[in-house]
Amino acid sequence: MEGISEQNVIGMAAGLAIEGKIPYVNTIATFLTRRCFEQIAVDLCLHNLNVRLIGNGGGMVYAPLGPTHLATEDIALMRSLPNVTIIAPADADEMRRLMPQTVDHEGPVYIRLAKGYDPIVTNDQVPFEIGKGLHMRDGSDVLLVTTGVTLGPAQEAAEQLSDLNIDCGILHMPTIKPFDTETFLDLSSMARTIVTVEEHTLMGGLGSAAAEVIAEANFYTPKKFKRIGIPDVFPDEYGSQASLMEKYGISAGKIVSDVREMMEVPIVSVV
Amino acid sequence: MIEELLNQRSQALRRDMVTMMEYGGRGHLASAFSLVEILSVLYDEILKYQPEDPRWKHRDRLILSKGHGCMALYALLADKGFFSKSEFLKFCKSDGILGGHPEYPKVPGVEASTGALGHGLSIGIGMALNARYEKQGHRVIVIVGDGECNEGSVWEAAMCASKHRLDNLTVIIDYNKMQSYASTSEVLSLEPFASKWESFGFDVREVDGHSITELAEVFNQLPFSNGKPNAVICHTVKGKGIPHIENDLSWHHKSKLPEEELASLYSALGAEAREPHHWNVYTNLRGRTSGSSSSGPIWASARWINSKRKFPIVSSWKGSPNRTS
Repeated sequence: MEGISEQNVIGMAAGLAIEGKIPYVNTIATFLTRRCFEQIAVDLCLHNLNVRLIGNGGGMVYAPLGPTHLATEDIALMRSLPNVTIIAPADADEMRRLMPQTVDHEGPVYIRLAKGYDPIVTNDQVPFEIGKGLHMRDGSDVLLVTTGVTLGPAQEAAEQLSDLNIDCGILHMPTIKPFDTETFLDLSSMARTIVTVEEHTLMGGLGSAAAEVIAEANFYTPKKFKRIGIPDVFPDEYGSQASLMEKYGISAGKIVSDVREMMEVPIVSVV
Repeated sequence: MIEELLNQRSQALRRDMVTMMEYGGRGHLASAFSLVEILSVLYDEILKYQPEDPRWKHRDRLILSKGHGCMALYALLADKGFFSKSEFLKFCKSDGILGGHPEYPKVPGVEASTGALGHGLSIGIGMALNARYEKQGHRVIVIVGDGECNEGSVWEAAMCASKHRLDNLTVIIDYNKMQSYASTSEVLSLEPFASKWESFGFDVREVDGHSITELAEVFNQLPFSNGKPNAVICHTVKGKGIPHIENDLSWHHKSKLPEEELASLYSALGAEAREPHHWNVYTNLRGRTSGSSSSGPIWASARWINSKRKFPIVSSWKGSPNRTS
C-alpha cells in the first residue's frame, strides 16, 4: 500500500520498471486514469515501460458512489496514448487466462476490471491472446463486437435474435488497443450489420476504434453500423451498474431492438 | 590558482550552453546557469559512471527533474564523453538528440525524460527501492527546481521516500528563488523550506550552490544519516555567471537571441572576442572514463583547460579508472 498518491505511485512504478522490474499497480480505475494521466503519458508511455495498471470498477461499477467514481472514459484516455495496451476482460476466467501473458508483454498495459463475480461468459475453446479479437460465435447477418462485460448481454441478444432467424456473430475484443484490425475486418466484411457494445462513453472507446477501421475499409458493399454505449454525459443518477447500463441501453434487450431496427424487421414482431 | 581554474571551468561550461542557445535558437539559459556548479561537482567528484557504458549497472543515477535546466546537464555529459559536443550544434534540431528537455533513452547519461515538473522524485524513489531490493550500493540523486516544488506530486514523493527510509536517495533543490513569471516568494511561498523537508522526514543540509568547495564537502557526507532520505537545499542565483542576466525574469526562457546579445554573453563569460567556433574540436570526445580519483578531484588538475584556444574547450580527465566503491 502506497497511500492515496496516484501520481507518485506511477512515478515509482516507472523508476522500478526502468531498472527492469514489472510493477503491477492496482487501484480504482478512474483515479488511475484521470488523476495521473500525465504520469501515465510521460513516465510510462513515453518511456514504454513494462508497468501493469489494474483499474478496478471500470465503467459504471461504482454507480451508487456517483460520477466522481465512474470510469466511463478511461479507455478513451488510454487509447490516446502511444505504446499502451488496453485490455478489458469479460470475466474472471478470462482474467485468469490474461494475467500470465502480462509477464512477457512489451510496454505498459492498462487492464480494466469489472466489479468481480460477474457471470462467466468466456470459455477456453477460444484461445486468449493479448492483441487478438476472439471469435466467440459464428453468424452471417450481424456482427456484435464487445469488450469487457458486454460480452454477456451480447450473447443473450444473439440467442434472442437467433429465435427471430437473425444470424448473429460475436467478436469479443478484450484487447481494445492495439485493435485487432485484421480479425475485425475479416468478420465485418462478411456481415451486413455491425454493432459495437461497450460500457463506456461512445467517444473514443471500442465503438470509435471500430468506426475508424470501418471508415477506412472502403467496403465494396455498404454496411450498417451502430455503437451502443454511454452517451456524452456524466451519469446523473445513482442506483446500480445494472440500472445505469439499462438506462443507457447497454443490455441484451436494446441490442435486440437496435439490430431489428437496422435489419428492418418490424418492431411489432418482437415477442 | 585552484579558484581560478574552477572559475575557468564554470565559464567554459556556461559558454557551451550559450553555444547550444546560439545553434538551437532557444533555451532556458538562466535556469541552467544556476545548476552549473551543482552538476560539475557531482560529475567531477561524487558520481560513479562509465560514459562508454551509460547503462552500467553500478552507476549512480542522476535525474534532472527540472528538465528545463538540461543545457547544464548536456554540457557536463558531453564534457565527460557520453556523447560528442558536436551535438550542441543540433540542440533542438530535428536531427539532434538534445532537446529542450532531456529524454531517456535518447540521450546517453539521461536517466528519465523530464520537463513535465514534479515527476523526477517519484521515479528516483522507484530506482532507489530497486537498488535496495537488489542490494546494490549505488545512489540516486534527483535535482528539483524550487518552482517545481509547487507541484503536489513532489510532496507525495517526499512522504513516500521518508516512509521507505531511502537513505540512498538524495533530493537536491536548486533554490534560485525565481520561477517563470515572478519570484518564488511572490508566486507560492516555499518557506520555511528547510523545515518543510525536515518535517517530511528528510535529513537536510543548506549550502551555497555556487561554491564548489561547499558543495563537495556536503555531497561527500552523503548519506547524512541512516534510514532517512537526504535533501540538499542549494542557494543559487538564476542566471549565475553573467551579471546582466542574473535574477532577470525575462531570461527564464529566451529565443532567437540577436547577434550582439550572443556576443555579450560570450564576452561576459571570458571570451575576449567572439570568433567562429572550430567545431572539429567538439568531435571524437567519446569513450572517456571519468569519476573521482585517488589523486584528488578533477578540478585540482589543469588538464581540462585547453589554454591554447580562445574558447577553451572543457575536456574530460583521463587519469583514473571509475570509482567502484
